[in-house]
Amino acid sequence: MSGHESTYTPNSGFEKWLDSRLPIVRLAHDSFVDFPTPKNLNYWYTFGGILAVCLAIQIITGIVLAMHYTATVDEAFASVERIMRDVPFGWLLRYVHAVGASMFFLAVYVHMFRGLYYGSYKAPREVLWLLGCVIFLLMMATAFLGYMLPWGQMSLHGANVIIGLFGAIPLVGEGIQTWLMGGPSIGNQTLQRFFSLHYLLPFMIAGVVILHIWALHVPGNNNPTGVEVKDVEKDTVPFHPYYTVKDGFAIVLFLIIFAGFVFYAPNVLGHADNYIEANPLVTPAHIVPEWYLLPFYAILRAITFDIGPIQAKLLGVIFMFGSIAVLFALPWLDTSKVKSMRYRPVAKQFFLGFVAAALLLGWCGASNPDDPIIPLGEDKLQVSYTTEAGVDGVAVFEAYDDAAAFRSEKLAEGSTASIAIKKASAFRFIHLAQILTAYYFAYFLIILPYLGLRETPKDEPDAIHKAVLGSAHGAAAVPAE
Amino acid sequence: MKLYRLLSAGLGALALTLSAQAAGGAKHPHPPKEGWAFAGPLGEFDMASVQRGYQVYREVCSSCHSMKLLSYRNLGEPGGPFYDSEYPNANDNPLVKQFAMEDEILSETPDEYGDYQYRPARPSDAFRSPYPNEQAARAANGGAYPPDLSVITKARGHGADGDGANYVYSLLSGYPGFDELQFGEDADGEPFDYYQFDHGDEKGRLVQPIGQYYNPYMAGDVSAYWDGDPRHTPKGGFLAMGPQLMPGRVEYMDGTEATVEQMATDIAQFLQWAGDPKQIARKSLALPALIYLVILAILLWFSYQRIWRKIGH
Ligand code: HEC
Ligand code: HEM
Repeated sequence: MSGHESTYTPNSGFEKWLDSRLPIVRLAHDSFVDFPTPKNLNYWYTFGGILAVCLAIQIITGIVLAMHYTATVDEAFASVERIMRDVPFGWLLRYVHAVGASMFFLAVYVHMFRGLYYGSYKAPREVLWLLGCVIFLLMMATAFLGYMLPWGQMSLHGANVIIGLFGAIPLVGEGIQTWLMGGPSIGNQTLQRFFSLHYLLPFMIAGVVILHIWALHVPGNNNPTGVEVKDVEKDTVPFHPYYTVKDGFAIVLFLIIFAGFVFYAPNVLGHADNYIEANPLVTPAHIVPEWYLLPFYAILRAITFDIGPIQAKLLGVIFMFGSIAVLFALPWLDTSKVKSMRYRPVAKQFFLGFVAAALLLGWCGASNPDDPIIPLGEDKLQVSYTTEAGVDGVAVFEAYDDAAAFRSEKLAEGSTASIAIKKASAFRFIHLAQILTAYYFAYFLIILPYLGLRETPKDEPDAIHKAVLGSAHGAAAVPAE
Repeated sequence: MKLYRLLSAGLGALALTLSAQAAGGAKHPHPPKEGWAFAGPLGEFDMASVQRGYQVYREVCSSCHSMKLLSYRNLGEPGGPFYDSEYPNANDNPLVKQFAMEDEILSETPDEYGDYQYRPARPSDAFRSPYPNEQAARAANGGAYPPDLSVITKARGHGADGDGANYVYSLLSGYPGFDELQFGEDADGEPFDYYQFDHGDEKGRLVQPIGQYYNPYMAGDVSAYWDGDPRHTPKGGFLAMGPQLMPGRVEYMDGTEATVEQMATDIAQFLQWAGDPKQIARKSLALPALIYLVILAILLWFSYQRIWRKIGH
């Protein structure tokens, strides 16, 4: 924390020599050993450490994969299979990397919801939050680029849909699209640039992570009460060993889940069609993005109407990007002075609704928008016919036998006639997605700004140590044995 | 406006195919009655079945389907169906050498005159492909392309243990019986084949297009060929591969009776192995890794309790 005196004392002669030239050990000591950390951080706060582990795992497995991977359209698919078949423990590398991407997103979503709940985006942590949003964007870009590399059917056709989104931007869209693909369509040149960028972006993420931690260490951690540290002695403990051990425990629990997927169901989070080599001429029956992008995909597809001169397609893209852009504006949208939702009973309900909306949007993204969720009535049969005189007509039936008899009658008369399903009206996925999209935006643009002004929060504790059970006397940190 | 077209083509195709799926849908594939030996955390392949499956592949499927990602040596590597601890190097395994030698392949390296010659395969070679390229394969199969079977069990299913094998098994043993096929003539006297359905609401006639075969497990949409209540179109689809496994289609070297069920089970188990030859090694590494992590977690938990014992939090 800024203002906290450095407690590093160089021990050996070499450390003293180095410390007066490049105080890097001092920096590490002050950041990760003696850093004063609120004592009341719960397990939701361990996801930062978990994310660091995820990034390290992706980079390490990725670099080794890259030693064996071939980024050409003719060989990419087979080279990934060869990694799994012929490289010693190549299957482990590849599955850890592929499952790791999912686990990374799982962790980042928990981390972000944590921030939303405890108001971690509010002053003085706006920059910290913004950097987090940048990391999230870079992660989505990295995962999208990486998903292209195994060169399966979903790699190609998923990328086609996503690059197509840029095409919806007026004037410059087509140019951006061609620029991204390196040509008029996705081909070898696209795969190679995606590989190059997929290698680059994780290191940019690592760079932003350093800024993110720097921005964390200036104001210090937020905590579940949302009350700032007032007395370093009573409110905080040194990061090491208190949080290294707690984070360590949580990281290992996370790795157990991770390992469960890698060893028992490595392909369950991916799409089977990606084991079919990419073929531009065959479009898969069901193009869906990876699970972690589904809520945004649902928002994209929820917009089926034009607003003024803006057509639905472009509007969908605007809403989809808007759903991420709004996160960047959040520090200035939430007007409440109280950070933690613990003390905001009304906002808390809306927050839980927001979590539910995000999850349900994922469900909508995975489903066919036209499928009914709640059918309102039974499907009927409609016989359409055209008489010899050219008169059109329709008749609706419930039972097939009646419809078929009617059709035969018409055919016997010399008319043309055919039977089709007349779908009953229903509450469909598209409707649910529209409601949830409305809620998603309302949460940020209406509820949080308005509620902050109107809501009466509960009393916050005066200080962290007073909120902490059993430490009414504010026992100071004891050095660990 | 090309951009809009691209986008709408993508999204339009998506919506279309999605609704096609919703309309038709395929029957849910299932494992054979006795289940799969390889399934579950402690599963192991029934190697005799995988070996028989390889025989089915060689004698039946390999005349149309390639398996480009496999080499003969894979058969004799640890975890492979013909692994023999006497020959740790699969290239020396006599059975593997024998299998390879029986296949003639076009050499990838030119001879001393610069010509490419056919030669018997070696264990290090990839499985012989039946056709030199996709065009040839299509030409020989009425325009349809018999997909490469190397990873077919991973390409069909949802990643759950064994669902790809369920699919192969169900598809190959799930064609309606030949005696169920009926023959009709249309108004112009043209003959056509059809199936008569009469269970529950699924009542009507399904015409089988020429060169296509109905299979309830195939993904697709048969509504255009269905004469009956469109709300109850039969599940399944048409494919260009007819039923391949007739009773006694192969004569098993180990004397097992070659029923359709048996052959479908064996080929599915072989393809399950081929799709991910390291899957048993993977699962057997799971327990040590998990036990290690759980012990580490317990130790960390107690360290955590001890370090924090004097701190209220
Ligand atoms: C006479 C050639 C021929 C033989 C022999 C043959 N197949 Fe096929 N197979 C095809 C063709 C052609 C297709 C493509 C069908 C289509 O897409 O309409 C196909 C498709 C398939 C599919 C994919 C179905 C899908 O979901 O798209 C599988 C699985 C399959 N075959 C397995 C086998 C197995 C296993 C054997 C051996 C028992 C075998 N085939 C033997 C020609 C053959
Ligand atoms: C932010 C960290 C990273 C994320 C989120 C990520 C994500 C992904 C994803 C989703 C895939 C496709 C997996 C599949 O289905 O097969 C992939 C593949 C790949 N990635 Fe990464 N990656 C990251 C870092 C890296 C790094 C640093 C490298 C080093 C060069 C790398 C190299 C590769 C290679 C070679 C592949 C192709 C092999 C394969 O498909 O398994 N990745 N990545």
